[in-house]
Amino acid sequence: MATEAKKPIRWHIAVFLAPAVLVYTAVMIVPLFGTLQLSLFSADGQTRVFAGLDNFRTLFFDPRWSASFWNALWNNTWFFIIHMLVQNPIGVVLAALLSSPKLRFSAFYRTAIFIPTILSFVIVGFAWKLILSPLWGVAPNLLDLVGLKSLFTPWLGKEEYALTTLGLISVWQFVGIPMMLIYAALLSIPDEVIEAAECDGITGMAQFWKIKLPLILPSIGIISILTFVGNFNAFDLIYSAQGALAGPNFSTDILGTFLYRTFFGFQLQIGDPYMGSTIASMMFFIILAGVCLYLFAVQTRLRRYQF
Amino acid sequence: MKNNALTTLLMASSILGTAGLAVAQDKTITIESWRNDDLAIWQEKLIPAFEAKNPGIKVVFAPSAPTEYNAALNAKLDAGSAGDLITCRPFDASLELYNKGHLANLADLPGMENFSDVAKSAWTTDDGSADFCVPMASVIHGFIYNADAFEQLGIAVPATEEEFFAALEKIKADGTFIPMAMGTKDLWEAATMGYQNIGPNYWKGEEGRLALIKGEQKLTDPQWVEPFAALAKWKDYLGDGFEAQSYPDSQNLFTLGRAAIYPAGSWEISVFNTQADFKMGAFPPPVKNAGDECYISDHNDIAIGLNPKSPNADAAKAFLSWVASPEFATIYANALPGFFSLSSTPVKMEDPLAQEFVSWRDKCKSTIRSTYQILSRGTPNLENETWVKSANVINGTETPEAAAKALQDGLDSWYKPAK
Repeated sequence: MATEAKKPIRWHIAVFLAPAVLVYTAVMIVPLFGTLQLSLFSADGQTRVFAGLDNFRTLFFDPRWSASFWNALWNNTWFFIIHMLVQNPIGVVLAALLSSPKLRFSAFYRTAIFIPTILSFVIVGFAWKLILSPLWGVAPNLLDLVGLKSLFTPWLGKEEYALTTLGLISVWQFVGIPMMLIYAALLSIPDEVIEAAECDGITGMAQFWKIKLPLILPSIGIISILTFVGNFNAFDLIYSAQGALAGPNFSTDILGTFLYRTFFGFQLQIGDPYMGSTIASMMFFIILAGVCLYLFAVQTRLRRYQF
Repeated sequence: MKNNALTTLLMASSILGTAGLAVAQDKTITIESWRNDDLAIWQEKLIPAFEAKNPGIKVVFAPSAPTEYNAALNAKLDAGSAGDLITCRPFDASLELYNKGHLANLADLPGMENFSDVAKSAWTTDDGSADFCVPMASVIHGFIYNADAFEQLGIAVPATEEEFFAALEKIKADGTFIPMAMGTKDLWEAATMGYQNIGPNYWKGEEGRLALIKGEQKLTDPQWVEPFAALAKWKDYLGDGFEAQSYPDSQNLFTLGRAAIYPAGSWEISVFNTQADFKMGAFPPPVKNAGDECYISDHNDIAIGLNPKSPNADAAKAFLSWVASPEFATIYANALPGFFSLSSTPVKMEDPLAQEFVSWRDKCKSTIRSTYQILSRGTPNLENETWVKSANVINGTETPEAAAKALQDGLDSWYKPAK
């Protein structure tokens, strides 16, 4: 009677996973595949016909579509570069300052810096439009007070500055997120490690560079990928500050606004869901490629320290 | 408070509507519209005037939010639950409804003879064989000026382009006022209040617009490039930082009395009347040489059509004929100064600024915005491109010639004029 003890089916796993899987499938996975599928069709009068990769061919090889696409992609890349060069280093510095035991009122600073993150894009866009307004804004007056009025230009209206300005506004809004994540990582470094470093005579800046920074690198990696995904999905700030045409002269047009204009149409332009889906699919592939690159090329090489 | 009032009105209208049904014999017709701002005007002035003359017909005005109107209307029409009368957007949005069979042909409707072809052009098929909406109102472009400022500086109202720029120069030299209140941030101001405002004088209104559609003229022809060249000269007379000045900024600059001239659409009249505390006047877009024929943009904006599936088509047609009558035109134009009746019979209006605008119809020839009919059906969209290019020209980042060439190239890429 030596029947092998059958492993019981562990139903509870499926039961507990089901709600999340079902909701996620319904609101994320199904629409995603719907979009990918739609990008393979085009309209012929009122009916939908299968077009294969024609839409992608149009997007890449039609001179107008490809010019718009590459312009949006480059602007998006620049938007991402600003975040990587400004937002994340400032986030790390702020976190390092906040975690210093000598700092007073650190809870206040932490909250104050984090608050913009929870504001709506519409509020942020509108508030900054007012601050930078050449007519009623405080920016010209403030610059005037320190004698730098000549530096003021209508930044949001100049092709060469508009996108960078919006990038910095976005940095202002979201710098709290890297700060919080790095701050948490810094707090989780055990005191023994720090004490051992101090016994070896590593203190101050050297301690940050040689001990703390290597320990928080995995967090910085995660923040980078979050920034990447967030930036390449960005839309709201540009739309609320510059409108769907992402002026002046499309200089602030990123993939999100390009998608919006194409998919839903704008003013007299009638929406084209098929080309819109094609752009949405490209956004998905770009983000997918970026995330894969990170997961396979960067994350596997990051060293983790067990305490 | 305003919202409460609106809600009450909406509730009242729905209750009244149901009450109308309960009385049985009365026919009730419902109007779909995006003009929820006009609800009070319809309920207090227009509908009572109609019902007094047409006993047995009850009218319900049922507006939805402007941004939702097109989508909501399409859904209702497809489901067969739309109202009897449908407020028509100009041009392709309504043409599409007609092509799908959601709007009836009204060419034979009594009262349609009150409208000129230009007035009907926004709601007619490309070959002109069918008219599917009764034109209600148009908006006229021109310039509104601060009359006090003009008096203070001793400037006469400019009639020619030369006088216009001389006036701007004088205001600038004086320094009290910003010569002209306009920004390029929102792009459409540059195209709508700029290019489409002054343009008709150069391309001779309908003549040029139709030639463009037929392919006989190109946007690179001198008459289409010159308005861009004139716009490029505006740059020096706009306020500091006009590149980041939005449409509400421009309105406020003018109504606060800080700017002397405002390139306008007549829809501004009612807003400006309540906000500005100085005397205002208006002048039409200046012509090149004194005595030239003048042209104005008298752009069709709103109309009303018949749902062919309406069970009360007779009552609805009676209403449409009334909309085409001078009586409707008078009530509507006075209730909404700045929205002018398209009827050929002159309408008496009380508002002096609105009177000034509408008086140009007698001395100038009317046309509509050049990009709206047929030419904005493809990609790239000519209207949207014109926004971007007009702003570029005023910003000085693109020459008039380059802007015109880019527009024509974009148009050529998809538009083949019918031979």
